[in-house]
Amino acid sequence: MSTVAVTIAGCAAVTAAIKATGPVALGGRELPSWFTSVVILLSPALLAALVATQAFAEGDRLAFDADTVGVAAGGLVFWVSRSIVACVVIAAAATALVRAL
Amino acid sequence: MVEGFRGGLRAGAPFAVAGGILAVSFGILADEAGFSDIAAVIMSAIVFAGSAQFTAISILAAGGGAGAAVAAATLMNSRFLPMSAAVGPSFSGGPLRRAAKGQAVVDHSWALSSRGDGSFDEALLLGASAIAYCTWVGGTAVGAIWGDALGDPDALGLDAIFPAFFFGLLLNELRSRRARGVAALGTALALALVPFTPPGVPVLVASLASLVGLTKRARAEVQERQEAEGEPR
Repeated sequence: MSTVAVTIAGCAAVTAAIKATGPVALGGRELPSWFTSVVILLSPALLAALVATQAFAEGDRLAFDADTVGVAAGGLVFWVSRSIVACVVIAAAATALVRAL
Repeated sequence: MVEGFRGGLRAGAPFAVAGGILAVSFGILADEAGFSDIAAVIMSAIVFAGSAQFTAISILAAGGGAGAAVAAATLMNSRFLPMSAAVGPSFSGGPLRRAAKGQAVVDHSWALSSRGDGSFDEALLLGASAIAYCTWVGGTAVGAIWGDALGDPDALGLDAIFPAFFFGLLLNELRSRRARGVAALGTALALALVPFTPPGVPVLVASLASLVGLTKRARAEVQERQEAEGEPR
């Protein structure tokens, strides 16, 4: 198999296994309050880390460049308009604009 | 159930449109990373996890092997372990059905279906994911097949679409002061690790910021809310 085929098959198998584990292991059970309390905060922790690494990391170094500006612009637009579509369109447009300057 | 599913389609529609734009950018970048058109579409159809797919193709594009790409994608996807565990108790059916429903967990449908008390609206999650799946696979096909006509993806700023999408999701989540603090802590942890660890690890470690939820006050607030809403689920 080619590198691309192995990558796709590997990603598919691993993703399916990860997504199946929780529902199978914990289905129908009542959860303790400490678990719930952590789960509620998991989303802001993970999303913030994803955004920060995507916007600032270039490989293994941190950089403030065109896409950082674009992501910030997209976030601002979302904050004001609450439109996720406007958010991604403005982010791309702002990044393109900074690169064109 | 049908009502909830329709609600999910409605609530998920804007995210599905944005996800479609994201998918077009994925199709174009996959093309550049050496994927055939059909390979890019198959990947979106059977992996259905944006961050992992972007991570994997960026490693292949940088000259990395399949092992490194899958490992990084696994780390990126590791967040679905606690996320799907959180949804687990809200899913109905036997183990096989629950495992199948778990496949529908993606970031925005997970966030949209959260009732804020630790339980999830199953039908809404499935609806929001169903419409996202269509635009995700369709958008990938558009990007892979007709992306060349669009020109240089960097010049178009397509790489900013993915983080901007997640930024929008994040801003929806920052309702409480505690959530904002956890987001700041997660950001700091992730950025501090970027120079020292492979891609994916910073995000995984940042999930530890959610342990703030173990403090007495955070737990007490959850218990109060659950009691106020009747039986905890």
